[in-house]
Amino acid sequence: MAHGPAKGIGRWLFTTNHKDIGTLYLWFSFAMFLLGGFFAMVIRAELFQPGMQLIRPEFFNQMTTMHGVIMVFGAIMPAFVGLANWMIPLMIGAPDMALPRMNNLSFWILPFAFLTLASTLFMEGGAPNFGWTFYAPLSTKYAPESVNYFIFSMHIMGASSIMGSINIIATIMNMRAPGMTYMKMPLFVWTWLITAFLLVAVMPVLAGAVTMMLMDINFGTSFFDAAGGGDPVLFQHIFWFFGHPEVYIIILPAFGVVSAIIPAFSRKPLFGYASMVYATAAIAFLSFIVWAHHMFTVGMPIAGELYFMYATMLIAVPTGVKVFNWVTTMYKGALTFETPMLFCIAFVILFTFGGFTGLMLSVAAADIQYHDSYFVVAHFHYVMVAGAVFSGTAAVYYWLPKWCGKMYNETMGQVQFWIAFIGFNITFMPQHFLGLAGMPRRYADYGLQFADWNMVSSIGAFMYGAAQLLFLYNVIATIRNGKPVSDNKVWEGAEGLEWEVPTPAPYHTFATPPQIK
Amino acid sequence: MSAESSYYVPEQSKLPLFTATAMGVLSIGAARWAGGLGGPAIFFVGLAMLVAVMYTWWSIVVKENMQGLVNHQLKHSYVISMLWFIFSEVMFFAAFFGALFYIRVFALSWLGGEAAIGWFDDTPTGPAVANNELLYPGFKDEWPVMITPDQAANGDAAQFIGPEQNMSWPGFANLLTWLPLWNTIVLITSSVTVHFAHTALKNDNRQGFIRWLAVTVLLGVFFLFLQVEEYIHAYTELGLTLESGIYGTTFYMLTGFHGAHVTMGTVMLLIALLRGLKGHFNKDDQFGFEAASWYWHFVDVVWVGLFLFVYVLG
Repeated sequence: MAHGPAKGIGRWLFTTNHKDIGTLYLWFSFAMFLLGGFFAMVIRAELFQPGMQLIRPEFFNQMTTMHGVIMVFGAIMPAFVGLANWMIPLMIGAPDMALPRMNNLSFWILPFAFLTLASTLFMEGGAPNFGWTFYAPLSTKYAPESVNYFIFSMHIMGASSIMGSINIIATIMNMRAPGMTYMKMPLFVWTWLITAFLLVAVMPVLAGAVTMMLMDINFGTSFFDAAGGGDPVLFQHIFWFFGHPEVYIIILPAFGVVSAIIPAFSRKPLFGYASMVYATAAIAFLSFIVWAHHMFTVGMPIAGELYFMYATMLIAVPTGVKVFNWVTTMYKGALTFETPMLFCIAFVILFTFGGFTGLMLSVAAADIQYHDSYFVVAHFHYVMVAGAVFSGTAAVYYWLPKWCGKMYNETMGQVQFWIAFIGFNITFMPQHFLGLAGMPRRYADYGLQFADWNMVSSIGAFMYGAAQLLFLYNVIATIRNGKPVSDNKVWEGAEGLEWEVPTPAPYHTFATPPQIK
Repeated sequence: MSAESSYYVPEQSKLPLFTATAMGVLSIGAARWAGGLGGPAIFFVGLAMLVAVMYTWWSIVVKENMQGLVNHQLKHSYVISMLWFIFSEVMFFAAFFGALFYIRVFALSWLGGEAAIGWFDDTPTGPAVANNELLYPGFKDEWPVMITPDQAANGDAAQFIGPEQNMSWPGFANLLTWLPLWNTIVLITSSVTVHFAHTALKNDNRQGFIRWLAVTVLLGVFFLFLQVEEYIHAYTELGLTLESGIYGTTFYMLTGFHGAHVTMGTVMLLIALLRGLKGHFNKDDQFGFEAASWYWHFVDVVWVGLFLFVYVLG
């Protein structure tokens, strides 16, 4: 294993190298991000004005569904798996992932899953149109024919996630360099260990849910059909038992990224490392016992509503610990504001904002008003976009020089940040107002009183979309002819093993484990 | 550097891509077949591809182990991975058990017009009552559900007709002719015999290892045979099918997925047996067998849950 990468396309198809596979994941997720983003642009273009201008309502439903599914399963999750592949072995001083061939398999089944999923757009009856949460009976009794393809692509994505997570767990538990105790691991490694645990725990539950759908649709069972003694609400319980931890699966690695970048540009160690670890674990634990807060309006017993309300509010405590620690890390630090830091600061502010709207939604009585309105859409985009996507962008800017040995264009990075930051807020801030004023989500058309804010929101969305193209250009320009950097430590304040290997990182690192003091 | 000190990072491999292709073909074939959009041909081609590539892959892993490329640390990676894989399987069954409990405790009593659990549900029972009166008048909450809500409301015009008989506890008098009891005995015995095989191997007793493992495999096959008998009996004589409402649904899905896992476990043990006959494994190096035996204990535990909640308390 002493030699470098193989030549030609075979390098990427047959690779067992964690860096190659990380790169594949990152590019794949960015391609999916652009595809899902394109669907979002279609949605916002249609909602630019009231009335139906561009597409039919049935197609609008397909767009919202595909946007959600592709962004969650195709863009955000694989992006963080890509970062995990690249960074975890470097951060813990391991030669590679624990199971390199399975690592390749985890990646290469994803294109099959998403090709299958995307192909449903061209099928008779159209693509899945039941929303990314695919509630029964919309997704069973009333589903388009393509639903079977949706189900099996979900199965494959789940298999990919489970294999990837087992690999990450085995790597972290078994491959740490001598002296790298658990409480010395960088927080990104910690958050991924806990994320991987969540994935192994809940992806099988999702597989169970889609299997039940498959049986109800094709084989006459009645899991979600009250006529046979089942219950459509059962679907929601199973889905959200997966779905709520899924939210943390997406955001915990983002926490890890931010916890690496903020100290680097504050030139101070992370404040409250141990409390960060415990807070992450606490969030993961709580994520299993709060799922029905997504279902306050289905008609649960009052005791259930109260329990899920209070349990949900509890999550604010460990999350607050984290935000406090990030802010305190910056306090009296020697701060500089390079692009990764800008994205991270925006993350802290906007994620906290999204957290607060989440707290509002957790109040069962109030949620009956907010439920299924644009307020919810605004809330989770503050968490998913300003949370996960911003931190993913920050991570790419932060580690890109280490990956390819070239420095990105700082001005262009900052321009991208400001367009993205302003565009994002113009898109989603007004959606809070729309939701509070009563505009329901997932509708292709709306009343005239919502017209102004919808137009503003669409303009913001186009801005945000343009920022992503600039991001793509900046990354490609950096790889092709960025200014070379050769310092091991690209950022003067950065700490960790990944900054002790040469820049760009050699194809194989840590063939012999480093000694950790 | 010796194999003992460095972690084995395999060279490039074509296996994962072939596996991914096989899984892609398999799932597209399954979607077409299940949805009635095409025949089973693509599905079976995918399945054959998957079996072939998995066979090749495992053979290579076995060969690497025989060559001594697998050091202590890598073995530990396998151990960790197997344990977490079994945990993911536990969660898969948890979804189906969870569905069963939710249906029995909440959904059916609401459909029957009652509050689910008195002290837990202090809301007025109005919605549940209305549910029962307006949607499915006459439906009574009972388990097993012999008359589906649909049937209670629409009689013979119903889409879901309940079973004529069920698989539940037959009372002590009929216990000995009750198939699930024998299934339980067979499977628990097999868990004991696989443990004997393990102990024999650890004591360097190859004969004992092979004998007990063979017994285990036979018991696994026998269990599957009994299970198929039970299904045929249920389908042809009890009127209990996948379509007979929520009882048939939960019964077949839980026992069916368990059966599928027993099949996988039996294949794993069979392969361990064949490897044992070829002289593989010794008292210090036996993970291929050990992983299969852990899996076997896992399907056994699932069966105990099934026996209790699907059959005895069914």
